[in-house]
Amino acid sequence: MQEVMKKRAKELLASGEVTRVIGWKKNEFDYDITPAVFETAEAIDRDFVYDDFCGPNLSKFTFQHQKNDTKTLVFLKPCDTYSMTQMVTEHRVNRDALYIIGIPCFGKIDIEKIKADGMTGILSVTSEGADVKVHTLYGDKTYVKIDVMAERCLACKSKYHTIYDELIGEEGEVMETDRFDQVKELEAMTPDQRFEFWRGELSRCIRCNACRNACPACTCESCVFDNPESGIAQKAAADSFEENMFHIIRAFHVAGRCTDCGECSRVCPQHIPLHLLNRKFISDINGYYGEYQAGEEVGQRAPLVNFTKEDVEPDVVAKGGK
Amino acid sequence: MYRIPREKLDQLFALTAEKETLYIPTDATSGIAQFKKWNEGMKMSEKLKTSRSAKDFFFPQTEALVNFKISGKKIDIIDPREECEDFVIFGVRACDAKSFEILDSVFLVDPVDTYYKNRREHGTIVTLACSRPSESCFCTTFDIDPTEPAGDVSAWMTDDSVYFKANTEKGEKYIALVSSLLEETDGADVDAQKVATKEILGKLPFANLKKDAFGGGKTEQYFGSPKWAELSEACLGCGTCTFVCPTCQCYDIRDFDTGHGINRFRCWDSCMYSDFTKMAHGNPRLSQKERFRQRFMHKLVYYPENHDEVFACVGCGRCVEKCPISMNIVKVMKTLGEEEAK
Amino acid sequence: MNMNLETLIPIVGVVTEVKQDTPDIKNFRVVGRDGKKPIQHMPGQCAMVSIPGVGEAMFSITSSPTNEDYIEFEIKKCGCLTNWLHMIEAGQEITVRGPYGNAFPVDDAFAGHDLLIIAGGVGLAPVRSVINYCRHHRDRYGKIDIVYGSRSKEDLAFYDEIINEWMSPDEKDVHVHLTIDREQENWDGHVGFVPNYVKELGFDTDKIAILCGPPIMIKFTLAGLKEIGFSEQQIYTTLELKMKCGVGKCGRCNVGSKYVCKDGPVFRMDELSELPDEY
Repeated sequence: MQEVMKKRAKELLASGEVTRVIGWKKNEFDYDITPAVFETAEAIDRDFVYDDFCGPNLSKFTFQHQKNDTKTLVFLKPCDTYSMTQMVTEHRVNRDALYIIGIPCFGKIDIEKIKADGMTGILSVTSEGADVKVHTLYGDKTYVKIDVMAERCLACKSKYHTIYDELIGEEGEVMETDRFDQVKELEAMTPDQRFEFWRGELSRCIRCNACRNACPACTCESCVFDNPESGIAQKAAADSFEENMFHIIRAFHVAGRCTDCGECSRVCPQHIPLHLLNRKFISDINGYYGEYQAGEEVGQRAPLVNFTKEDVEPDVVAKGGK
Repeated sequence: MYRIPREKLDQLFALTAEKETLYIPTDATSGIAQFKKWNEGMKMSEKLKTSRSAKDFFFPQTEALVNFKISGKKIDIIDPREECEDFVIFGVRACDAKSFEILDSVFLVDPVDTYYKNRREHGTIVTLACSRPSESCFCTTFDIDPTEPAGDVSAWMTDDSVYFKANTEKGEKYIALVSSLLEETDGADVDAQKVATKEILGKLPFANLKKDAFGGGKTEQYFGSPKWAELSEACLGCGTCTFVCPTCQCYDIRDFDTGHGINRFRCWDSCMYSDFTKMAHGNPRLSQKERFRQRFMHKLVYYPENHDEVFACVGCGRCVEKCPISMNIVKVMKTLGEEEAK
Repeated sequence: MNMNLETLIPIVGVVTEVKQDTPDIKNFRVVGRDGKKPIQHMPGQCAMVSIPGVGEAMFSITSSPTNEDYIEFEIKKCGCLTNWLHMIEAGQEITVRGPYGNAFPVDDAFAGHDLLIIAGGVGLAPVRSVINYCRHHRDRYGKIDIVYGSRSKEDLAFYDEIINEWMSPDEKDVHVHLTIDREQENWDGHVGFVPNYVKELGFDTDKIAILCGPPIMIKFTLAGLKEIGFSEQQIYTTLELKMKCGVGKCGRCNVGSKYVCKDGPVFRMDELSELPDEY
């Protein structure tokens, strides 16, 4: 797959159709992937990679290139195309400046799961078929891929690409998923338990803003939390409860726009399951307004910005969703 | 040197906690370790490092600086500082222990930061030697010996025992506090562990990373390097590297209106943030490239220039592990260092 | 522990007088609660001024140290805090802490020399302290030339003081050269930008030049001064960057390895030239 992608990228560069390619490159370790811009065939030959560690969603990385007068090629995995579609719908990205190639994804490996299992001194990780072989200074271990896959991939919602100029590989399908199971577990808790759960999780937040900055739905040029004029600008709040509100407010702001790409949880250095906040909103929107998936097609009307006579009355909230 | 059997470690924690507040690294629910106040039944984490560094103990994420009461045109200033209680941090690694010296050289030089000094004076640091360094570690690049960690007390943990050695007066005091559980011993096991660990250190991926290309006086050489654009290209502008870094000490000062008065507090800030140097009339660092460059120039050039060639990096590898786009000081050193070698 | 060192804790200052100096600049006189001068400083040094709940920022102390009664700030309305400051009235309490940073070397490098002081807009504020200090100790310095420009006559800060004191016939060898950017009624003085005016005036180079103003003015004036033969060792300026702590610890006001709050704000041009261009 990687070789096919490299070949196609070089062709498009050579033909002048695009002048730069947004892809991934390997960093210091096998699992260490950086989004990168390639402008020459040599750079692609040297550094371009696509493997089971290429987790970063590249859709937001197109931002800084959309004002160029030449096209940018970007490779998008199925779930990344939902983010792109949503951004195009919201006019946050200039579709005409991009050449999108949809690529298949067979689930990404979460190195944190391997580390959490006690593996350290990792010298190499290779993923072949269902096996993930980890070679470390302290011994080797082989995992079954499904055991070390990212949570968002285990709950994969779709192998289908919602936006592209061309596809590499076969088009996939929207998947049946159990992604709301954890939401149901949270809903089954008493309000006090749930409050404690979130207070505990969010207490680890260091307010690094990685979730916000990585989020393809967070596309404001100046975030309210950074803007002194907003009156609520903060780096860390004076008390810990205020602090938690950052995540709640962010979840509200992306409600109905979040495609559940899972970047927020992937980038969190403190392993806070932030995607659960967004999934709760998605699940509620589905329940109140009918099934809706953000980023499914360009121009779709999101339930929260649309009115139909069937919409639930606002008092549904006071009634606890009943 | 003193020894305690490993199974008695819990007793040692209990004895310590009777006298002073004790913090140990413990596993959080989500596969990361963090320092927590010890209480009965808490298990020490087996992980090499905590997700956040130990700088929090002396330079917390937020702390109260001063409070104001305002009535009409009058302002009353309330000093919230209180003498801190004595506390013990157990299990600090050599890299974090070194980071305290770097923080000291900022906060304890004239004019002394009393908030920091207060905590520093009341904290006893028990360090723990590393025996299973990870692939992201490169403390040896900065001349740190993880088998001989600094701190008030150094400790080594083997399969069956924990060994202690006091390095300072505070350390002696701590050893005295728990002496009823300790027995004197020679350090044969410790020496064996050191030899074994050093062998592993030589095999680490970054074992040959050198700092020689950097240091004071190199501003002109690196500031204008075209490599910064490429290195910073994917930077999200988040503060992850800064906040997990044990030596990053930049802070912001902010006011919070409680409704009953104004609490002025300081909180961690990051040079990676877009508003870090933003003024009413402009910003000298307009793009992420300049902010990114500042962070690494500070660690590798500016800080050594002002502090006798000590670098503001201890090679703990947290940025290597945590950066959402996997860009880090190792990559910067390699990329710029290559340029130097040409 | 020594709790007396109050690095970040300010003291209360009472604003005793607020004067609208230009349409967007006000002058604030500040004393301590005891009615005395709250901070002892040297020309060029700064202080952190705050309205709790609004913000805190660094301002240069525009009054001369020789003023024994109060300190003054000359503040242009350009952001959140300055907007608030412009709304306050006499009697209002604020907080101040300082002094911070180095000062112009008025007693060392400047002593015995002719001085050429060049300022633009609100940039007169820090050098006004120098001017009044030197006027007070008049016999320690040679000839004093002041070139000051602003957008319009109304935008000239300290206009009354310039006309009535600095340009008074009683002043010994103090020469003020005013200029405004565009022609206007009731102005028969020079019209044009400061850098050009400096070149037109064509000073001899056996003196020390002190520059303060917007970056663009500094840039062109500096080039002009070099053109007429000044060396960088003869030129001083003062910088402004975002500051929070004032004591070289919060980490944001650095230019290369120097912190503007601690190693500056006053820099000799040759020192500044060695630093990266990031200010």
